[in-house]
Amino acid sequence: MSKVLMKGNEAFAEAAIRGGCKCYFGYPITPQNEVPEYMSHELPKAGGAFIQAESELAAINMAYGAAAAGGRVFISTSSPGLALMQEGIGFICSCEVPLVAMNVSRGGPGVGGIQPGQADYFQVTRGGYNGDCRIPVFAPANIQESVDLIYECFDIAEKYRNPVIIFADGMLGQMMEPVELPPKKEIASAEQIAKEKPWAITGTDHHEGRNVVYSLRLQPDVLESHVNHMFEKYAEAEKELVRYKTQKLDDAEIVFVAFGTMSRICAEAIEILEEKGVKAGLIRPISLWPFPKAAFDEIGPKTKVVISTELSMGQMIEDVKMAAAGRWPVKLINRTGGIVPSSIEVAERALKALEEVKA
Amino acid sequence: MSLFLDKMAGGPRKILVTGHFGSGKTEFSVSLSFALSKLMRDTRCSAGIGAAAASGSITLKESKLALADLDIENPYFRSRERQDDLRAAGVSVYSDPFGGRNGSELQTIDARILAPIEDEDTRIIIDTGGDRSGAMILNQFSRHFHDDYQLLSVVNCNRPGTDTVEKAAEQIKAAEEATGLKFTGLISNAHFIRFTTPEDVIAGYEFTKQVGEVTGLPVLCACAMESVVAELEAMKSRSDAAIDPCMEVFPIGMYMRDTYLDKQVLMSGAPGVSKEPSP
Repeated sequence: MSKVLMKGNEAFAEAAIRGGCKCYFGYPITPQNEVPEYMSHELPKAGGAFIQAESELAAINMAYGAAAAGGRVFISTSSPGLALMQEGIGFICSCEVPLVAMNVSRGGPGVGGIQPGQADYFQVTRGGYNGDCRIPVFAPANIQESVDLIYECFDIAEKYRNPVIIFADGMLGQMMEPVELPPKKEIASAEQIAKEKPWAITGTDHHEGRNVVYSLRLQPDVLESHVNHMFEKYAEAEKELVRYKTQKLDDAEIVFVAFGTMSRICAEAIEILEEKGVKAGLIRPISLWPFPKAAFDEIGPKTKVVISTELSMGQMIEDVKMAAAGRWPVKLINRTGGIVPSSIEVAERALKALEEVKA
Repeated sequence: MSLFLDKMAGGPRKILVTGHFGSGKTEFSVSLSFALSKLMRDTRCSAGIGAAAASGSITLKESKLALADLDIENPYFRSRERQDDLRAAGVSVYSDPFGGRNGSELQTIDARILAPIEDEDTRIIIDTGGDRSGAMILNQFSRHFHDDYQLLSVVNCNRPGTDTVEKAAEQIKAAEEATGLKFTGLISNAHFIRFTTPEDVIAGYEFTKQVGEVTGLPVLCACAMESVVAELEAMKSRSDAAIDPCMEVFPIGMYMRDTYLDKQVLMSGAPGVSKEPSP
């Protein structure tokens, strides 16, 4: 398969098309604008439907409806846009319809800025929606991995009948890399949808009975039973969807925990530290929910400090502390507001953290 | 002597850089700025002591150099991000009214950009946004160009939008229609970031030559990352190498791309639970 050079946002959109996306709904917001732009001219060519919604609120509810009809649906936005979509996401969880959502995140809170950020960690892993539900979240570190994840996540969303979020910071959306694109899957026909998704609203086609997609369950015992059912799915997801990569943990004094762009900076910081005679390693969570707690069991005996490295004020660190479970001191190295630290800065701050725990 | 650099240093002083979205215009514009700034310094050093031998007799006609970043489409990876390094090299940088430092993508440009365009003693490189829409910004300045310009199109055959000769030629035609200006040359910039091989550069040059045949435009140079320039030059000296002896290689830097973006240790493929090998 030949490689092409693509901007992240273009590649995200193309991956969704190749994954069999039938419908895309979006609203422009930096730094993900190239996704709807690409979808506007390429998805119709592939037989799908593109609609620029009048807002993120409209986009998520259009997605809700189209997904309830059984088509593969992809949406994308950036941090404040995802905040606007939260109500719809909760409804989609409750109604058990699949959806793949992309967050190309920027600095916040509020409108914030347009430079890259990871301060949506809480938003994507804890959500702003109401009620009891969880959403699988994957954080790619390069464009190829983003493409592979988006392509696969349609299957994950359909298996669990739940939204899945791809969490890429703005740097990944705006940078360029060579990628190998996967083969195109055909958009499912109405007949296929009716056959493979018996829950979907495809029309009765002269049969008795009908499907209803709804989130209103007034009777407490019915609602409790439904939520318990959802959490049986989430328990399975916690076993099946844990993904991570580790690097040089065996003899590391310092272990970075970082995802997305920050993980690449940490990879370079590890080389800088090596030159200074300090061994460091990396845990790179790919699934943020479920969080890869098992990765921490691979940490070697020489580790003195675990450092959550983030483009936020310290959000993932809560999961890192739970996974560390008191076995190592946990520190934070971070920048926020759209500032991406250099690998030199990360290495220097890591050395300082090591000195502090040794003192 | 570099015919390409000679043209950039001694040809019409307004150098307008356009190209397909993601073709590498900015990396080219910044690299060209640094190359011309070196010529400018060499020219100054050699003034009054005879020929500008240090630069192989290429001299800059003007005494000042400027880079105008007119990319109002992209929020990241714009040449203004390297303005401190460029200024240190003697290149004046113009971008938005906020000095290119407020991290915005506001569709505004600094009105002072007219100064270097009109100043006969300034050589100016104008870096535009991608595609027809990015090139369109040149319209508002066209009356100031007075036919004293070089309009270049950067061509990267590895980009999906310009991966056939027809698509690349169409993009050039669309930019001409959008700007009302006439292209003067093509820049071959076939690359895969740090994965670029000499063969990629050669294939890209051959592709761009075909675009040149369709459009009637000369191919002025083949951009190559500094890491493969030596290999290409060695290949040119071999008689058996399938390489056009006319291909002039222009070394291009990775000024816009921080080194951490190319850390191979995390360049994994399909996700899974696994350890990555140590490099």
